Amino acid sequence: MSRQKTKPKGFQEWMEVNIWGLLIVLALVLSVGGLVEIVPLFYMKNTMEHTRFPEIVWAKAGEAPIVTVDENGREQWNWTAGEGVRPYTPLELVGRDIYQREGCYTCHSQMVRPFRDEKERYGHYSLASESMFDHPFQWGSKRTGPDLARVGGKYSDAWHRQHLRDPRAVVPESVMPGYPWLDTAYPSGWRIQWHMRGLRSLGVPYTEADIEAAPALLEGKTEMDALVAYLQVLGTMVALDEAKTYRE
Amino acid sequence: MDANLEQKYDLDVVRWFTVMAVVYLVVGAAVGVYIASELAWPALNFDSPYLSFGRLRPLHTNAVIFAFGGCTLMATAFYTVQRTCGVRLWSPRLARFTFWGWNLVILLAVITLPLGLTQSKEYAELEWPIDILIAVVWLAFTINFIMTIARRKTSHIYVSNWFFLGMMVMIVYLHVVNSLAIPVGLFKSYSIFSGVQDAMIQWWWGHNAVGFYLTAGFLGIMYYFVPKQAGRPVYSYRLSVIHFWSLMFGYVWLGAHHLQYTALPDWTGSLGAAVSIAMIIPSWGGAVNGMMTLSGAWDRLRTDYVLRFLIIALAFYAMSTFEGPVMSLKTVNALSHYTDWTIGHVHSGALGWVAGISIGAIYHLMTRLYHTEMYSVRLINLHFWTATIGTVIYIVAMWVSGIMQGLMWRAYDEYGTLAYTFVESVDAMHPYYAMRATGGMIFLFGAVIMLFNVLMTVRKSLAEGSLDRARALPAPA
Repeated sequence: MSRQKTKPKGFQEWMEVNIWGLLIVLALVLSVGGLVEIVPLFYMKNTMEHTRFPEIVWAKAGEAPIVTVDENGREQWNWTAGEGVRPYTPLELVGRDIYQREGCYTCHSQMVRPFRDEKERYGHYSLASESMFDHPFQWGSKRTGPDLARVGGKYSDAWHRQHLRDPRAVVPESVMPGYPWLDTAYPSGWRIQWHMRGLRSLGVPYTEADIEAAPALLEGKTEMDALVAYLQVLGTMVALDEAKTYRE
Repeated sequence: MDANLEQKYDLDVVRWFTVMAVVYLVVGAAVGVYIASELAWPALNFDSPYLSFGRLRPLHTNAVIFAFGGCTLMATAFYTVQRTCGVRLWSPRLARFTFWGWNLVILLAVITLPLGLTQSKEYAELEWPIDILIAVVWLAFTINFIMTIARRKTSHIYVSNWFFLGMMVMIVYLHVVNSLAIPVGLFKSYSIFSGVQDAMIQWWWGHNAVGFYLTAGFLGIMYYFVPKQAGRPVYSYRLSVIHFWSLMFGYVWLGAHHLQYTALPDWTGSLGAAVSIAMIIPSWGGAVNGMMTLSGAWDRLRTDYVLRFLIIALAFYAMSTFEGPVMSLKTVNALSHYTDWTIGHVHSGALGWVAGISIGAIYHLMTRLYHTEMYSVRLINLHFWTATIGTVIYIVAMWVSGIMQGLMWRAYDEYGTLAYTFVESVDAMHPYYAMRATGGMIFLFGAVIMLFNVLMTVRKSLAEGSLDRARALPAPA
């Protein structure tokens, strides 16, 4: 067994006797598919619907805080439901962190497809712009439970609490785990400020007032409150118009 | 048996990885059976955060993919590269670091995932400090492999090593890009990508974790261990070249087919589906190449149980690489997406192909690494039948439940309204979820038999002193 001295015949054999050549060719061949499919998504205008329909995004995003607390401890909202996609409030963001932590995405999707049955079951199909502030996306890949992209407002807060504590008390056939520990856990204000600053550095339009208001907004709230707040905002941010064709 | 193996090669790390692979097969399958049972009998969640399905499911996937699959890949890659290059590992110390580093990753996964520390990207759940550790260990593994090839005594690089190399390079790309995140705490981070771009990058990773880690890597195993166990050369060199380059070029494109009909632009999904269909050709070429290696020695399937594992694995490979492209088609995907059919498809690949080829390779390795026969050949046969029957029960249950779910969700009654509520579809799944858990349990039983057989073989080798004797042989001139 000794290294061959004769000249390799053809490109394939040249690679088979030349590890560095093989590596370089491999690195090039392996990068093509990803470059073609991923890079254009960042540049092509028709990827996001709000380039053609700017009203999908909340007009005041990044300029006015979403919600603050006044001196009397009352919440002051600058945004109302349907006004457009905006970042999550501190409470909703805590809820979303919990949604990630508990692995809800392993059984619930957040992506309604453009089919008649999905429209009737869940609502208008999901738009790319609706998850533009979702780091990471939560579209999911499995529906052991129903899609949650438009679950906001479909059930009362009380229903959600009861259902999360003991799913089978509300839906006897359910196979969902219970989450009773959410009632006794309290989110930390300064920690969520860190999370909001991290997201802001990625381009999520939080104002300084949004971040400052976080501890006051979380005052006395449980993780259950946070998760319910998150579920209740899903799909309610933008009021979609049936007459418009958002996607070809 | 091969003489002077211990003198010519570094096999200690290969031995450790091989035994740990079997341990993790049992652990990963056991967690799988538990979470499968939770879906059939939700009381098993016990209202405990650490046992709830959402936290244990990532533990199951990480344990089987990275712990079992990873240890198998590292054992076989380190073994194959030495045998086919005729040299020792470039750095046995780096190989030891790879072993301890990789097992540390697994230990951290076992601790952090039940605690709910997760990036919530499928098959890439581990948080950023562990991601950095994975990158370091993976690079150590890759560099050692490449440098061993660079110092080879043989003229040509053997086909197994091409596949291993392709996997290593691609996993570096995928892991680094998909895990890019901004840390907002010691164990909390947010992906730097969002929404549709994040989805595409995640499934570029997700499908290629399957395509490269679980396919290319295990094809590297196939191209070495099938010819070795059969005692015959690979059927066709030309087919290997075609198989290799088309797989390397094509698989990368497939991720988009996970996002059909979503908010991902239509062109991307269609492109993904088109390439997916084309991938039937190289995949079947590879499966044929492996199976036809037995040409002229088919009778050995009657007596050689290890060969049976390798060949049934190739049959499952052919089956699931046909099923996958079919499911990527938009019309089929409209029905199959979000259902258990996907889970069934994954397991025909994971249990049938990946575990099958690994188990065959591990039984082959055990006799070489411990210089003795297996403790019990009959137990290998028992394992073969439990693994095959368990897998078939599992995937049949998921085919039925998946297609049923898809049909129930889109069914209309005579008044033009939806025929079923969602929870009626959940209720209808119960028998199939119980059947799936049973199939998994049978598979797990086989894995436990294997662990017993492997440990008893190690004990037998110690008692006989076969390993010591092999080590004491004089070095070859």
